[in-house]
Amino acid sequence: MAEIKLENLTKSYGDTEVLHHIEGDIKDSEFVVIVGPSGCGKSTLLRMVAGLEIVTSGQISINGNVVNDLEPADRDIAMVFQNYALYPHMTVRDNMAYGLKIRKIPKDEIMRRVDEVADILEIRAYLDRKPRQLSGGQRQRVAMGRAIVREPSVFLFDEPLSNLDAKLRVQMRLEIRKLQKRLGVTSIYVTHDQVEAMTLGDRLMVLNGGYVEQFDTPIELYERPASLFVAGFIGSPAMNFVSADLANNVVTLANGAKLETGLKTSGKVTLGMRPEHMIPDESGAIKIEVDMLEQLGANTLVHGTLQGTDIPFVISLDGIQTIEIGATLSFHAPENALHLFNIETGIRLND
Amino acid sequence: MVENRPFMTFITHLVLILGVMMIALPIWITLVAASHDEIRMLQAPIPMLPGTHFIDNLKQTLFGAGLSGDQTPVWRMLFNSLAMAMMISVGKIAISLISAFAIVYFKFPFRMGFFWMIFITLMLPVEVRILPTFEVVANLGLLNSYWGLSIPLIASATATFMFRQVFLTIPDEMLESARIDGAGPMRFFWDILLPLSRTNIAALFVILFIYGWNQYLWPLLITTDTDMTTIVMSIKQMLESAEQSPKWNIIMMTAFLAMLPPILVVVGMQKLFVQGLTETDK
Repeated sequence: MAEIKLENLTKSYGDTEVLHHIEGDIKDSEFVVIVGPSGCGKSTLLRMVAGLEIVTSGQISINGNVVNDLEPADRDIAMVFQNYALYPHMTVRDNMAYGLKIRKIPKDEIMRRVDEVADILEIRAYLDRKPRQLSGGQRQRVAMGRAIVREPSVFLFDEPLSNLDAKLRVQMRLEIRKLQKRLGVTSIYVTHDQVEAMTLGDRLMVLNGGYVEQFDTPIELYERPASLFVAGFIGSPAMNFVSADLANNVVTLANGAKLETGLKTSGKVTLGMRPEHMIPDESGAIKIEVDMLEQLGANTLVHGTLQGTDIPFVISLDGIQTIEIGATLSFHAPENALHLFNIETGIRLND
Repeated sequence: MVENRPFMTFITHLVLILGVMMIALPIWITLVAASHDEIRMLQAPIPMLPGTHFIDNLKQTLFGAGLSGDQTPVWRMLFNSLAMAMMISVGKIAISLISAFAIVYFKFPFRMGFFWMIFITLMLPVEVRILPTFEVVANLGLLNSYWGLSIPLIASATATFMFRQVFLTIPDEMLESARIDGAGPMRFFWDILLPLSRTNIAALFVILFIYGWNQYLWPLLITTDTDMTTIVMSIKQMLESAEQSPKWNIIMMTAFLAMLPPILVVVGMQKLFVQGLTETDK
């Protein structure tokens, strides 16, 4: 069981700095998800914690010990790789036991631990098979098993579900979550899938271009995104953005529509509104010309443009809706559904 | 291509059978000649069907003094050849594995420089550097020894290059995973890298064994002691040393014995050999 502290962590390749002054405290038995688009440095950050990448500057401590210069094996961590990285010439049992064998743990103790973990993961039947004889989902379990038998104080996951099909991914996601809660081991999980991030994480660290955009609970990220990037990244379908003028508590959209806000400042802003927060209202100020519908069964996505402009706008309506293409719909947005961001810096204008 | 044309089937079979015959005929003649007595082999036409002296010839060749009194028995030559071929192939594989391991997995100054230095030796086979190599081996006092027979042929750019390519196909995660499991470099080499290159090692062993077995020029140059003669050399010498008419039955038996070990190696390791050359999945 461990706490992890990231202090002023920087990573450079030659002259290019890819991670900039990362700060973060991860509490004991917390599940933290690092999420961001490809190339944002999330895997690099994880690999620095694992000890597979050298820290350029700053400090990583696990349980109060600075681990910057420790070999991966000495950091008391276990990692699950994206392509599982199972040893192809060893049976599942040997794969799981390998790390313990190197640690010179007695044979019967190894057997006991491997069997125990195999029971938890329900892979007991495959213990004597080679990885190539297993399906993707089974290999994934073995990779997890290999991490669990080590009984480390930190689990690191590097996009472990991205090679699985959609259905299995949802199932494994739940299992990982349950398992982590049951074992209570501090975990860091890297993914680019925001749904995975929202469902798994106690807290999410949103990375963009090597900077931490926000580090908070999923709900906080959804309700109060700290920046334009987080607002656009979290939530599906993505938030609508419209540039607007703010003056005297009122934002004026490009087509002249006016909306009430509680904000005292004034100037140019970017206004964000989530598709699912728009309420149909005949007298609403936001008018949308419908271009296309996406019927998903549980809800209907209305793709259109803000009336009088060519700014795209998506609205999510409950259930199955029949709307004519080309129709104009009116919506009302409650005050707490309006997210205002500084038009230049993209930082949330606090309300 | 699946076609059903009887005439084409006939032609393709004919071509294949002719091809097989062309390759098999000399071997057949060798076998036949090895099974007749000396007198029959001097009469024309040469026999095309096996005779009855195969076992006699075999005994005489293996344990008799070969052709004349000053020659070593052929079993000794077979042993010499085997020792040389094994030392060359095992040595080449061991050294190439280690150098490829160093080049792929360790960061040290001039890493690529070393790699290219090894690679360039491809252009320097033993025939090209035979005089300086002889000088070195002679000065080291290795003439007429197994070390002298094998060591100058052991360094191998081809094998190093091949193992480098094999190691490069092994995903980095395998190394990282081993590091997290706590395996040091040598442990990783033994536990992960060697088993994963098993089929490639086997394929290379087959090629290198035949290479070593067939060495002619180098053994000829550095062995003067007849106890160190290899079998491939001896066949040539048997033809020359015979002042009287050549004893074809013995010569052919020797040739047959010389062919046997490479065939056994190829047949025995065929499965691994094909896997090693074709398998890319790691």
